Amino acid sequence: MPRKDKVLVANGQGFWGDSLLGPIRLCREGPLDYLTLDYLAEVTMSILQKQRLRDPKKGFATDFVKMIERTAPDLVAKGIKVVANAGGVNPMACKDATLAVLRGHGFKGVKVAVVEGDDIYGELDALLASGETLANMESGAPLASVRERVSSANVYLGAFPTAEALDAGAQIVITGRGTDPGLVLGPLIHEFGWRRDQYDLLAAGTIAGHIVECGAQCTGGNYTDWRAVPDLAMVGYPIVEASSDGSFVVTKHEGTGGMVTQRSILHQLVYEMGDPRNYIGPDCGADFTSIRMDDVGPDRVRISGAKGTSPTPTYKVSISYENGWKALGQLTIAGPDALAKAKLCSEIVWRRLAYDGCTFSDEEKTIEFVGANTCHEGIDVPHASEPSEVVLRLGVKGHDKAKLDRFGYELVPLVTSGPPGVTGFAGGRPHATEIIGFWPALLAKSKVSTKVSVFES
Amino acid sequence: MPIVPLSRIADARSGDKGEGSNVGVMARSEAAYVFLKGALSTALVQRHMAAINRGGVKRYEADTLRVLNFLLADSLGGGGSASQRTDAQGKTHGLALLRLELDVPHSVLDATRE
Repeated sequence: MPRKDKVLVANGQGFWGDSLLGPIRLCREGPLDYLTLDYLAEVTMSILQKQRLRDPKKGFATDFVKMIERTAPDLVAKGIKVVANAGGVNPMACKDATLAVLRGHGFKGVKVAVVEGDDIYGELDALLASGETLANMESGAPLASVRERVSSANVYLGAFPTAEALDAGAQIVITGRGTDPGLVLGPLIHEFGWRRDQYDLLAAGTIAGHIVECGAQCTGGNYTDWRAVPDLAMVGYPIVEASSDGSFVVTKHEGTGGMVTQRSILHQLVYEMGDPRNYIGPDCGADFTSIRMDDVGPDRVRISGAKGTSPTPTYKVSISYENGWKALGQLTIAGPDALAKAKLCSEIVWRRLAYDGCTFSDEEKTIEFVGANTCHEGIDVPHASEPSEVVLRLGVKGHDKAKLDRFGYELVPLVTSGPPGVTGFAGGRPHATEIIGFWPALLAKSKVSTKVSVFES
Repeated sequence: MPIVPLSRIADARSGDKGEGSNVGVMARSEAAYVFLKGALSTALVQRHMAAINRGGVKRYEADTLRVLNFLLADSLGGGGSASQRTDAQGKTHGLALLRLELDVPHSVLDATRE
């Protein structure tokens, strides 16, 4: 039996680097049952894996621990539960740091659960030996072709392990890689007792999760008609008011900025969308076109009718690998004749490098004149060729690190040996940094096992 | 028929998808959606975004949402962290598409709020 009629699940962190105010204000300014926080992107996993190799106590989202430090008094006083994929590639270390913070506050008996099983980095060779190819979903190439350069490998787990952790009484659930919508779906499975074969309900929870997964992107952020959005500075982060029948209301705390409308929600629904009829997740497929939206009050939109399908027999795997080096630098060129001078600067850099035997193909070079329609290149925009100043961005990539570092020497000299008006070299000399390639693959679900452990402060 | 930018009758949002991006075009009225379903072809989007996208374009239609979703296959200058473009995640591709100028019938404009 459902324990509650309605459950309030919010997202306070759309990505690692999102505003600190999201979670703080969600806890402070209105009722809430669950706070979900997303910290992981593909590139993040590789960076965290490297941190852990250097220090076994690292490899998780340290920002999460700082967030708990700030919000713990509210979380404990109001009994708000937290679900976060802050574990990265070291969820146990994240749990230890979280428990330390809770104990520091003097909070005893707070249960913190860890979901494991997503990290298959250590099992790659065994999986390949067992016949899994982990072929690139886009190119079809087998993982063996880049095996020695792989820097992380994580399965996008479903929401059921999170629900299991909540069933065990956890107030804070720390996971590694899972899907972003799963952060919301997990609590709904736990609260309403949804089963693995109730695809319409799982699809509803998945769609709810997708709508809030990027934080303020569904409450007025990144909205086409931006002038129509009230008080974006104080934007409220989204809350799903979910019912056991799969319908839910998207809203935000009263008095916060931004807005929740059918159009603000639609903006997020299409974000990073592929086939709108078949959004593939680990627990079900979801048909975005099946939903019905109704206005049910100010900043309140009800969504119902979601249809789902059975899940695929495979998990998506996020694999990252080292794929060469890159270097990038920029200078600001003041007018008059800013664009013409910036183009000359670019030519000067490549010619000086060529004199020293250092050349790059067009494919390896990035040349941008920011301020002269860089983002919308090739599209006719009035006055784009007459900016009063431009930022010249030059980049190179390749597998020869020494060559990329050589490039870095020829940018800043333009200040004294280029045309007049070259400035803005505050970043100093560009250095080569690693390129992290992303390798999407599929893995049979039967090859993955998950584990939930519960600890106490 | 008046020539207006796509932004007169639709909203858009874009983001990264692998080595490409998607642009969700949201028609602001049923009339606009019906018009765009015919006028906003993959070929037209391909041409308009040619300097940004080096790959193909695929279109999905979502009638109930009045959305046309375009997948640009190679629009980020490399996947993962390889891209050095300012807009390495395709965040502005939606606005780029909204700049497209179209011959739109008066009836569609009349039925679609500014």
